[in-house]
Amino acid sequence: MKERSRFASHVSAPIRNLAQRFAYLGLVLAALALMVLGKADIGMVDRFRAEVTDAVAPILDVMSRPVASANKVIADARELIAVRERNQELRTDRDRLLHWQMVARKLEAENKALREQLNFIPGKDVSYVTARVIADTGGTFAHSLLLNVGAQPGVGKGMAVTTGAGLVGRISGIGSRSARVLLITDLNSRIPVLIEQSRIRGILAGNNTYRPQLLHLPPGVTVAPGDRVVTSGHGGAFPAGLPVGVVEAVNDNGISVQPFVPRDRIEYVRIVDFGLQGILPEAEGP
Amino acid sequence: MRTHLLQRFDLVARRLTPFGLSVLMVLVSVLPLHVPGGARVMPLLVLMSIYHWAVHRPHLMPAYAVFFIGLLQDILGGIPLGVNALVYLIAYGVIVSQRRFLVGKSFLVIWLGFTLIAAAASMIGWMLISLIHLTPMNPTAMAFQYALSVGNFPLLAWLFARWQRAFLAQV
Repeated sequence: MKERSRFASHVSAPIRNLAQRFAYLGLVLAALALMVLGKADIGMVDRFRAEVTDAVAPILDVMSRPVASANKVIADARELIAVRERNQELRTDRDRLLHWQMVARKLEAENKALREQLNFIPGKDVSYVTARVIADTGGTFAHSLLLNVGAQPGVGKGMAVTTGAGLVGRISGIGSRSARVLLITDLNSRIPVLIEQSRIRGILAGNNTYRPQLLHLPPGVTVAPGDRVVTSGHGGAFPAGLPVGVVEAVNDNGISVQPFVPRDRIEYVRIVDFGLQGILPEAEGP
Repeated sequence: MRTHLLQRFDLVARRLTPFGLSVLMVLVSVLPLHVPGGARVMPLLVLMSIYHWAVHRPHLMPAYAVFFIGLLQDILGGIPLGVNALVYLIAYGVIVSQRRFLVGKSFLVIWLGFTLIAAAASMIGWMLISLIHLTPMNPTAMAFQYALSVGNFPLLAWLFARWQRAFLAQV
């Protein structure tokens, strides 16, 4: 009996070893094949990703709730510490904003009067869907978020995702109960923008850091730190004029832009449907 | 007969926990957890889990489980599919082949082993991503993540060791 088991282990162990080695190699090859498939950008890969994400989304939704509460407690504590300075800041802000409110009211009235004179037809109303962030991939390999809404009216691939502060990114993948946001800082993000004052056009390119770069500016133009960057509306993906960020530094490495949306606390976002999806047939005139 | 079945069920459940804990680490590492005012970098929790179990219970962390865990992280993280799967498989292969140098050694040796494996894994990940996008990626975030991982390894390793003693002592 003992002889037999020793014999068995003598023969079976190397075979098992070999089988394991083949399985290991097979898995390595499978991983490589997946990378090639993904690079070829086949819709199948996207669908597979959306299916799996949908399956996990409810778990992430539940798990992210206590985390959000904990984050809030920490943020509250920090705010309590700085409450005096904050108060002072807010007072000055309020004075400034009251002035702006006055300007805005005046402009609104003027705008209305001018529109009446011109028979201006207002643009299509935008619609918003608010969504909660349930996952965040962090800052090493990719910059994206998962939201707890899926395909529904007002949510579609390519739509702009914003907060009150400005542009966050765009919807890059969508499932039945989850959606992925490609942030403007991701390596794959390219957004047509312009400098607000000088109307110089460029492309804001993410690079997986927290400071995307401004590329493809026309030669000979000057850009200074502090210039506001907004979407230009070219390419038809985003409407013109959405605030994106502010030029932070101009040096040999390029022009880096600091996004308006602070990356450290995005909890809720708005998906904005501007009715700009795809190339729509021209509306027929009367 | 009934208790026998229950015992078997209990054993299977226990044996699945290293895999289950690794999947949990995948989920935790994509949670929207933010340090206010700071950049968002999570330590390599999944790699720590795979490292720990591949060293201490390799038969409960087979290669296909490693592949699955990596793939899940790629899917949820919006990373090109296969990147983490490949990184973890390579790390796993190295760990399992060098296991005899690590098993039964002091914690410092295990920790040192992790610092080496994590460095190699980060480097391979960086190379793969840069290759896929055809641009060298800025390595700052990755270096920060590496430092954070090495620093946090003892904590997670301690938790896993507690778990191991409580539920996997005989397995």
